[in-house]
Amino acid sequence: MRARRRLVHAVKRAALYVAALAFTVLAVFPFYWMTITAFKEDNDLYIGATVRTHIPWIFNEPPTLEHFQYLLRETAYLAWVRNTVVVGAAVVVITLLLAVPAGYALARLTGRWGERLGIGIFLTYLIPPTLLFIPFSRVIAVLGLQNSLWALIVVYPTFTIPFCTWLLMGFFRSIPRDIEEQAMIDGYSRLSAVRLVVLPLAVSGLLTAAFFSFTLVMQDFVYALTFISSVGKMTVSLGIPVALFRDVFNWGAMMAAALITSVPIAIVYNLFIDRFIAGLTAGAVKG
Amino acid sequence: MGYVETRDLHKHYGEVRAVDGVDLEVNEGELLVLLGPSGCGKTTLMRMIAGLEVPTSGEISIAGERVDEGVPPRARGIAMVFQSYALYPHKTAFRNIAFPLEAAGQPPERVKERVQGGARMFGIERLLGRFPRQLSGGERQRVALARAVVRDPRVFLFDEPLSNLDAQLRAIARYELKEFQRQLGTTTIYVTHDQVEAMGLGDRIAVMEKGRVRQIGTPQDVYDYPADTFVATFLGSPPMNLVEHDERTLLGFRPEQLLPRSIFPSSQPVFSYHLRVRQVEHLGADRLIYGYLEEETRADQPVIADLPVTITLPIAEQQVYEFAVPRSAMRSFDRATGLRRDGAA
Amino acid sequence: MALPDGAQVVVPPRAPALRRATLADREDVLGRLLLAPAFLYVILLVGIPFVLAIMLSFSGARSGTLSFDWVGARHFRTIISDAQFLLTLRNTLIFTVASQVLVMILATTAANVLEVAFFGKRAVRMLLLLPWAVPVSLATMASAWIFDSTFSVINWTLRALGLFQGWIYWLGDPEVAMLAIIIIHVWRMFPFATVILLAGMTAIPLEIREASVIDGASFWRRLFHVNLPLLLPVVTVAVLFGVVFTSTDLSVVYLLTRGGPYNSTHVLSSLAFQRGILGGDLGQGAAIALFLLPVLVVVAIIMLRLARRTEVGG
Repeated sequence: MRARRRLVHAVKRAALYVAALAFTVLAVFPFYWMTITAFKEDNDLYIGATVRTHIPWIFNEPPTLEHFQYLLRETAYLAWVRNTVVVGAAVVVITLLLAVPAGYALARLTGRWGERLGIGIFLTYLIPPTLLFIPFSRVIAVLGLQNSLWALIVVYPTFTIPFCTWLLMGFFRSIPRDIEEQAMIDGYSRLSAVRLVVLPLAVSGLLTAAFFSFTLVMQDFVYALTFISSVGKMTVSLGIPVALFRDVFNWGAMMAAALITSVPIAIVYNLFIDRFIAGLTAGAVKG
Repeated sequence: MGYVETRDLHKHYGEVRAVDGVDLEVNEGELLVLLGPSGCGKTTLMRMIAGLEVPTSGEISIAGERVDEGVPPRARGIAMVFQSYALYPHKTAFRNIAFPLEAAGQPPERVKERVQGGARMFGIERLLGRFPRQLSGGERQRVALARAVVRDPRVFLFDEPLSNLDAQLRAIARYELKEFQRQLGTTTIYVTHDQVEAMGLGDRIAVMEKGRVRQIGTPQDVYDYPADTFVATFLGSPPMNLVEHDERTLLGFRPEQLLPRSIFPSSQPVFSYHLRVRQVEHLGADRLIYGYLEEETRADQPVIADLPVTITLPIAEQQVYEFAVPRSAMRSFDRATGLRRDGAA
Repeated sequence: MALPDGAQVVVPPRAPALRRATLADREDVLGRLLLAPAFLYVILLVGIPFVLAIMLSFSGARSGTLSFDWVGARHFRTIISDAQFLLTLRNTLIFTVASQVLVMILATTAANVLEVAFFGKRAVRMLLLLPWAVPVSLATMASAWIFDSTFSVINWTLRALGLFQGWIYWLGDPEVAMLAIIIIHVWRMFPFATVILLAGMTAIPLEIREASVIDGASFWRRLFHVNLPLLLPVVTVAVLFGVVFTSTDLSVVYLLTRGGPYNSTHVLSSLAFQRGILGGDLGQGAAIALFLLPVLVVVAIIMLRLARRTEVGG
């Protein structure tokens, strides 16, 4: 009797592990495919899927670096990386300059009306780029910023600032009020107290905000597609799908590009995701 | 004219009156305790004196100068110790203590000298290089005190600084705190909800409830002659017995004043009662007797008698005994207002 | 803390003169001042284009010129009678609802499965975040390769496992193309939703969950009566954002199918792009994009209700 129960329990547990494995595989499989494609020789890649004897899941020929070499030497990929980094850095700076004071103000200096405003800022996410890109194309043309990275630098903060303000507000709230007040009693104005005592303690929050801003910049496709037309000015997210192929489809190179771009993001994402989740659940679940 | 004064001080949050008209005079050099249950306004009052909250109306003066209009905390000459000690986590103990001195622009040699002096005063010189997370609760408290002391403030403000300590440490810490205040002679305002702490520490106690000061006086005054029923029941553990004598009067007497009749010499004027005992608690140094006075049956609540263990008279439950309260210890309160009536019952 | 007798505190010079409060002390003003730049930046750069979008939808504006002339409701009349547009509307709805439902089912199941503590949890979570972390355009291109009409690995695997001998023209067959798009949306979002649910579940106090187990509730009962209600705020936020991202998506449709085959997979955003930017008819493009608003307004209302409830109820 007990043996049977233990068996049932073991089977349940095994089923759970299998299910967990299945979900993970489901999420990860395209990356495996991306990786293997990036390293496969062309004649290992382009064999029709009706051919039974060729197994696409494994390396039938030895892996090669030729796609990476092609990517880095014969395409504008590096230029796109440079553009993305430049735009990203500029947007991060603008975002922090605006979101840090705003996040602090919402955490400490405002009561009811501040919360309302905070929600108001956040609600701007409900007016998405795909609604705004048409009027923006007109605005950008009027300003003469057509086909310029400046167009992106100006527009991207509209979606990085709300998120970072909310994130930083959570971080500032987690720093005990006492410490600021003590600094004010010890001899500083509130602003100085923030500079000397609060910001050093919020460094991880600032880094998290900076990082997530950068990833939001990297994600955008719509604005880049609307504003940028020349290949040399493209960002990675736009260039790879739209300008990598010239006359012949080169999936190997495309997957190589996708891989190089994805890996760093994934690594750093995981370093910061704990803080992000903590902020999200602390606010949402406890209310 | 007090060293720290408030005049008709109010702090309202919409409908809520956190501080509702407080007139306070703190004498120079004294340790005044603000005592009351949570929500009574004592912390809000202190924060207004510190400059961390802006009063809705009223005046505050420190050393004769008005501070309630636009004088920031840093300019009031005060030092404050929070319940959490508010040590800067990213600075060593040394840098924590040095912080206010650096804010005042003192040269580094001076700063070092004063920090060492402050640390020596509290016996924490060897801890100066540590960070707050490496210190115990008691050590952190001393760092906070040293930081408060080094700027030689005019007023100390303490917000329940002992409540984070273990119970065993608290009595010793209380004694040391009082010694240190006496030595320095600095005017001190101390907030607590613990009436034992208040009685032990305060030169005077201000008992607060619902934003108002009910009574200010020396511990003995406040204990023996409470101004109203709130003060009477808030101080003393167990609280003062309040018995409905008639529609207009409550009689009050402390449990330690309700003793077996035989204890008192026959010449002493007392009020005699018959106490029907319901429960006896043996607490080591005392016995608490819960019972009903047969002569006073209007209310349902039992009265409590606190017998020191030196009174060895056997007391058994369900029995009736003759007990008495000395006339001099009997208080009477107006039932409607709760205020104490002067004169004998 | 024995105070040595006669301990001296070094006597300092006179206290500094009273310093008046400066602007840095005026907290009411400070709050507004610190908030203003961010608030203004976002409101202006979102609000003004938004108003402009509405105005454009009533104009005959074209790209390439800066002209602006009123044409009233002409665009709206045109698109409402356009079968292509109605199909687009339908697609947007189908993609959104189908993908969100699938995401929620998969994420709830996955979260419950993964919650059972086992080794490798951290690694699993790291892997689960990848689909979301990667830029959407790159993820779509990888999917395009996986769904390729000649080389699709899915087709190869189905044939190799003997499950399906035919051929699926993922991007060439209108019905299947819609499925492909939904799959991509689900694939991107369900792992992220799982991570959020997992975090929300661990935030539920252990005592509550243990109590329900002790009370003898079955798994399903616990799920519906205890866990899900407590998770509701987190779940709602996740769903709402999922709805916003899916209904307003341009990248997946544009890069996978360009709205094809035969304009059968267009969604509002991609059609707006095609007619407004590529076709130059800004007015009509704006009008099409505005049809996203009803969905977004509903989402906004729900979120405001939720915010108010957590504010009050706590």
